[in-house]
Amino acid sequence: MQTWSLVSICVLLAIIARWGVSLNSYSGAGKPPMFGDYEAQRHWQEVTYNLPIQEWYFNTTNNDLNYWGLDYPPLTAYHSWICAYIAKTINPEWVELHKSRGYESTQHKLFMRMTVLVADLLIYIPAVVLYCLYLTDGSSKKKVSIMFCFLLYPGLILIDYGHFQYNGVSLGFALWGILALGLGWDVLGSMAFSLALNYKQMELYHALPFFCYLLGKCIKTGLIGRGLFLLVRIGVTVLATFALCWLPFLAEPSQAMQVVRRIFPVARGLFEDKVANTWCSLNTLIKIKSILSVPTTVVETDSAMTTQTGLKCNEICYACPFLVFVCSMLPLFLKDGLLVPYIVTSLGFLFFSIYLLSALDHCSEDKLRLGAYNKLFYWLPKMDLAFIVRWKFYISIAAMVGLSIATAVLIPPPHLPDLFPVLVSTTAFLHFLGTFIHFNVVQFSEPPSRKSQKKSN
Amino acid sequence: SQQHVNVISCIRSTDFEVHRNWLAITHSLPVSRWYYENTSEWTLDYPPLFAWFELGLSQVARRFDANMLQVENLNYASPATVLFQRLSVIVTDVVFIYAARECCRCVREPKGSRDVLSRPSFVLAVLLLWNFGLLVVDHIHFQYNGFLFGFLLLSVAKHLQSQHLQGALLFAFLLNLKHIYLYVAPAYGVYLLRSYCFAQDNKDGSVRWSSFSPLRLLALGAIVTSVCALSFGPFIAMGQLPQVLSRLFPFKRGLCHAYWAPNIWALYNVLDKSLAVLGVRLKLLEEAELPPASMTGGLVQEFEHSVLPSVTPAVTLVCTLLSILPAVASIWLRPHGAQGFLRCLLLCALGCFMFGWHVHEKAILIAILPLSILAVESREDAGIFLILTTTGHYSLFPLLFTPAELPIKVVLMLMFTIFSFTALRKLHSAQGSLLHPLEVIYLLGLVAVAIACEVVFPLSPWQQRLPFLPLLVTSVYCAMGVCYAFLRLYASLLLRREEKPKQL
Repeated sequence: MQTWSLVSICVLLAIIARWGVSLNSYSGAGKPPMFGDYEAQRHWQEVTYNLPIQEWYFNTTNNDLNYWGLDYPPLTAYHSWICAYIAKTINPEWVELHKSRGYESTQHKLFMRMTVLVADLLIYIPAVVLYCLYLTDGSSKKKVSIMFCFLLYPGLILIDYGHFQYNGVSLGFALWGILALGLGWDVLGSMAFSLALNYKQMELYHALPFFCYLLGKCIKTGLIGRGLFLLVRIGVTVLATFALCWLPFLAEPSQAMQVVRRIFPVARGLFEDKVANTWCSLNTLIKIKSILSVPTTVVETDSAMTTQTGLKCNEICYACPFLVFVCSMLPLFLKDGLLVPYIVTSLGFLFFSIYLLSALDHCSEDKLRLGAYNKLFYWLPKMDLAFIVRWKFYISIAAMVGLSIATAVLIPPPHLPDLFPVLVSTTAFLHFLGTFIHFNVVQFSEPPSRKSQKKSN
Repeated sequence: SQQHVNVISCIRSTDFEVHRNWLAITHSLPVSRWYYENTSEWTLDYPPLFAWFELGLSQVARRFDANMLQVENLNYASPATVLFQRLSVIVTDVVFIYAARECCRCVREPKGSRDVLSRPSFVLAVLLLWNFGLLVVDHIHFQYNGFLFGFLLLSVAKHLQSQHLQGALLFAFLLNLKHIYLYVAPAYGVYLLRSYCFAQDNKDGSVRWSSFSPLRLLALGAIVTSVCALSFGPFIAMGQLPQVLSRLFPFKRGLCHAYWAPNIWALYNVLDKSLAVLGVRLKLLEEAELPPASMTGGLVQEFEHSVLPSVTPAVTLVCTLLSILPAVASIWLRPHGAQGFLRCLLLCALGCFMFGWHVHEKAILIAILPLSILAVESREDAGIFLILTTTGHYSLFPLLFTPAELPIKVVLMLMFTIFSFTALRKLHSAQGSLLHPLEVIYLLGLVAVAIACEVVFPLSPWQQRLPFLPLLVTSVYCAMGVCYAFLRLYASLLLRREEKPKQL
C-alpha cells in the first residue's frame, strides 16, 4: 500500500486513541476547592482573557496567584488567551472572571479536550510524521511502524488527554527543532526550539544538547568565516524569538523579573511534593556528534508535572524504560481515575512495539551496539549479552505488571502507606539509571566508520 | 481491541438499556414470564435462543453488579454495569474474529509472493474486523451484531468450503438468535434444496431430478427442527407460541423508522412530499385536503402519503418477494455454486432492505459484510462494494449524534474509507480503475452532504424550523447509492458468464 495511505491511517488511529482517552476523567475532576491541572488551564484562560497583560503574572485583587497562578512562560499564556477567546464565543460562562472557578460540564470538557487535540494536530503530530519519514532509516514500512509506535506512546497520551496538559505543544516544537537540525536548517531549528522553551521551561532539559550541538557545528565549520556567520545568525534568531515572545513584558524590568520569578520558583525548591524520580535534572541525551539521524532523547521530570519522552530509536528494548516510565506514573493515573486507559494504552503500545518493530528478533549484539560492553568488561567471561538483554526485558515487563496490579488492587500495610509508589519509583529509577549509563557507553564508543557515513546526510 | 475499550466509558444509547433489561428479565423471572413481561418498554423481541444467551450472560453479570439484574431498575447504569456490557460485546466478538478467519481461508490467493498488506486475505480480514458500521453499531451504539454476524459469516464460509450441513446448522442457530436474518433465508433454502439435495446436475446445468437425495433433505430438516425445538421448545410446551410470535413480529406503525432507512420508501416519501408541495404551489391541490402530517414536515412514525398511494405492509411484502424472485430463480435454474449462493444472499438481504416494512438502517450491514468476501476477489464487485459500503456507512452517521461522538465517527469512517479504497485499488490494479467517474462524483458529494449536515446546518437558522432536514437529506442521498448498488449487483448476477456448474 502507498505510504501516504498507511501514514494517514496510522495518524487517524492515533487520533482515535487520543480521543478515546479524552472521554475519561481528568485531574481534579469534581474535587473542590483546588481541583487539578484541568482547572488550572481553565483558570489561565480566565485570567488571560479578562485581565490586562501586565497583571497576568502579578498577585492582584483580581488575580490570586495562590489559586493556580501562571507559572509557565508567555507562549502558554498566549495559547490560553486564544483558547479563551474561542471559549467566550461558545459559552461566556466558561471564562467569566471569578465566577467560573471550578466550572465543570460535559460541554466544557469536550471543548477543553478539543483544544488539546487541535494543538496536537497542528504541532506535534506533523512533527512526528515528518521526523519518522525523513530522519529514520529503513524501509517505508519500518518508518511507518516507528511512527505509529511513537504516536501511540501512552505516557504522552495519558498525561495530555487524561490528566490534562499541553505537553504536545512544547514537545512538538522541540521535535520540529530536532527535525530542522537533522535536515541542516540550523536557524529554523533554533527558532523552533526557542519557541519550545518559551512554551514550557521544562524544555531547558533539552537546551544543553541543542546548544552544544549548534556550537560544535559552528566551531567545526570554522570560527573564522562561515562558522562565525552561522553562530551570529543563530544567536540573532534566538534573541529575536525570545524578544518577540516576551515583548509585552519587556517594557518594564519588574514585569520581566516577575515572570522569571513565577517560571523558576526557587522558593519552592527543586522538586514538587511527590517526586517519582529522584534525578530530575539529569538525563538529557542527544547524540551531539554528527550522528544526528539517530538521536535519542530521554527526559523525565517529577511525576506530578510535565512528563515527556521522545522515543526515537529502532530497537524495541529501548522502549522498555519508556514503559517503565508510564508505569511509574500509575499512582497519578489512579488518582485521576485513568486506570482503564492506562492498561489499554500500555498494552497496545507493548503489543504494537513488539509486533511491528519485530522487537525481540532484533535483539542481537550488533543491533544493540553491545560491543562496547565487551570491551569494557573484557576481564569478565564472555557472555551472550543479547540473551541477557532479552531476559532483562521480560523481567522488566513482569515487574511492571506486578507493580501495576499491586498498586491498583492491593492495600499497603498501614505502617508503609507509600509502599507501592516508592517501589515503583525505585524500579523506575534503576531502569533510567541503566538506560542513562547504556546511552553514554554507546554514544562514546561509536565506531568512526558510522560517523563518517552519517556525515554525508 | 484498544479502540473499543477506549470508548467504554461515556457513551450509551437506548440499546444499552434494552439489553440490561433483557439480562434482568431472563435472570430474575421464570421462563414462562419472559415474553409476557412489560415493566419496561423494551420488551423481549428476539427469538428464544437469544434469551437463553442473555441468561448465560446474566450469570457472569451477577459478579459485576447484581443490581442490574433487577427488572425494576430501569435505566440502571452503574460503571460496573457499563463495563460488563461493553466487555460482553468485546468477548463475544471472538465468534466474529473466528468467522473472519474462516472466510479469509476461503479466499483465493493469487500466485506470486506479495507482502502481507497486499494479500487478499489480509485485506478481507481488515475490511471485516475493522468494518466501520460494525464498530459503531456494536461498540458505541451497543448491540451484539459482531457475535451474530460471526454466525452468518461462518455459515457462509462453511458453504464456500462445501460443508453444507455445518453451514445449515449455523444458520439455523442464527435464525433463532435474531429473526432479521429471515431476510436471507430464501437464499439458503433454495440453494440448499437445489445444490445440496439434488446431488448432481445435468451437463447443461439444469436440474437432474433423478439425483434427488431424500437422505440429505432429511438431514437438513432434522437440523433445522432440532435447533428450533431447542429454542422454541419450552414455549411451545407452555402454549405461548402465539405470544412469542406476536412479540417477534410486532405490528409496528410506520412504513419507516423515525429516521428513514436509505431504501426505496425514503425516495417514495420524498417524491410524495415534493409532489404535494408542488401541487399546492401550482394550485392543483388544496392544502386543507392533505393529511396534516405531510405538511408539518416532521418525521412521524405513521406516514400517510398525500399524493401517491399509501403503502401497507402487504404491499411491501409483495414488493420484497418480487425483488428477490429473480435472484432466487437464478440460483435454482443456473446455480453457480457457493459463489452464486453468496451473491443471491446479498441480493436477498438488499432486496429486503430496499422494500421492507419498517427497516432499520443498521440492516445494511447484512449486505455489506458478505460483500467484502466478493470484493477482494473480483474487480466489479469491488466497485459495487465501495459504493455500497461508503453510502451505507455514512447512512449510519445519524445514529451517533452527540458532539463527543463526532470525532470518533468521522475518524473511523475516514480510516475505513481510506483503507478500503487504497487496498482494493491495489488488489485489482491490474484490471483498471474500480469506479466510474460519475460514481466518484457521487461519493465526493457525500463529503459535501456530511459537511452540510454536521457543520453548516447546526449553525444555520433552519435548525429550529426544520430539524429533520439533515436526516432527510442523508436518507435520500444514501438511498440513491444503495439502489444503484442493488441494481448493479443484480446485473452482475444475471449477466454473469456461464460457469461450469460444480458437482457436489
